Amino acid sequence: MGAFLTLGIISFLYKDNPWYKFCEALFVGISAGYWFCTVFWSQFVAKLVDNVFPPAGQPPQYAYLVGGLLGFMMLLRLVPKIGWFSRWPLAFVVGGTAGAYLIGYALSNGMKQVKSTILPLWVSGNLNATVGNIILVVGTFCGLVYFFFSKEHKGTYGKIAKLGIFFLMITFGASFGYTVMARMSLLIGRMDFLFGTWLGLIK
Amino acid sequence: MDNRKISLVILISAIWLTLCSQILLAQEAAPLTETKFDYHWFDTKRWNIFITLAIVFSAILWFISRAKKGKSLFIRRIAGLDAIEEAVGRATEMGKSVLYIPGIHDMNDIQTVASMIILGNVAKTIARYDIPLIVPIRQPFVVPVAEEAVRQGYLSAGRPDAFVKDNIRFISDEQFAYAAAVNGIMLRERPAANLLLGSFYAESLLLAETGASTGAIQVAGTANIHQLPFFVVACDYTLIGEELFVASAYLSREPKLLGSLKGSDLAKALIVLAIIIGTILETMGVKWFTKLFVVQ
Repeated sequence: MGAFLTLGIISFLYKDNPWYKFCEALFVGISAGYWFCTVFWSQFVAKLVDNVFPPAGQPPQYAYLVGGLLGFMMLLRLVPKIGWFSRWPLAFVVGGTAGAYLIGYALSNGMKQVKSTILPLWVSGNLNATVGNIILVVGTFCGLVYFFFSKEHKGTYGKIAKLGIFFLMITFGASFGYTVMARMSLLIGRMDFLFGTWLGLIK
Repeated sequence: MDNRKISLVILISAIWLTLCSQILLAQEAAPLTETKFDYHWFDTKRWNIFITLAIVFSAILWFISRAKKGKSLFIRRIAGLDAIEEAVGRATEMGKSVLYIPGIHDMNDIQTVASMIILGNVAKTIARYDIPLIVPIRQPFVVPVAEEAVRQGYLSAGRPDAFVKDNIRFISDEQFAYAAAVNGIMLRERPAANLLLGSFYAESLLLAETGASTGAIQVAGTANIHQLPFFVVACDYTLIGEELFVASAYLSREPKLLGSLKGSDLAKALIVLAIIIGTILETMGVKWFTKLFVVQ
């Protein structure tokens, strides 16, 4: 079954065909059913029902009803006249997440990055560190200039921004190569399954 | 419910969760041997974050108030916006559909929020030309928002009758099932333009590569750094990182978005200034300035 489905998905490389369509439909259908059951049992039953109606001897936790109410409000979309109720849970999720992540992002994407970029441009007796620091500081500076949207990229300013995009592209190139290698390992894993586990050609 | 009430709910939720997260962080930071936790409303060791955020938020609120008063806030036009218009124009010429992929994350990701704003504007343009707009979606939460955005777009263009609800399609929660289904749409419905704007992960190259093989004009945009290389190589134009948010602000001209963008520009200017001053002082052997950015 695993080999049949793997080859069906790989057949997409040739062209769209009924075998691929079957595998795709099977994957989409099974995943939709799987996630529905997973969410139902792990969230609705485990978090809401079990906490509001706990086994005998344990106190009920009514705070979970707030989540249940928000979930119910989402379902009100199905009733067009009061469908606007569903905006409240959406607003809660968007606003709540923004608030919860605010400090974390300010810390990791702000302060720590600035601190790591403030480096000496001359490290006595260490040419590698000196060159590395200069590249890091100049690259960060030029990158930030590129992402400054209140000024047109013209003249010297435009040239600095262009240098910034060069730095970005070099970074993307390195990242591309790294990720492609990771994907190759996934392909090797599948080939190992087909030729080793399934056909037994690889011992 | 008007926008003011929604904003109030968002604000209260944000404040409440920020406070809760601070309590949880303080709880986690406490030694394991302690049985009684010492809660604080304010973490005095993180005063530098407080000051930074206070400056940035003040700037954002100031810029928002300026935008609301109708003062002109300049934002340079990014080339990606022309690319989106070009892609829609090409689809119109060919009489084919436009495929809009809003990423795979939920509404709690700011990239998805930005993508929905762009979707509304794309829908407005498409409604005028009477071509289908297909929006495959992975997260159930995003479906109602996308429907609303597209419906509003068609309404603004004076073509509410052209809105086809079935074209906003929930596919699957599973990442690669979603990717497989979207690839199928690309191959079977042959859209002339693919717009991939939002938060993408490992499926980015699968989608962009399939789209390229169909000959569709492709514009992509994401702030997920590790996926940008794939879009750069496989798409005709890529909105890099923050350009995605700029596109949404530029297209909507919404004062809150414009104000936020100008505020973040000011923050970037301050960061550049801090790096220049800090680097000079570090090179001279002065360390106190760098210590201002140490977070415990």
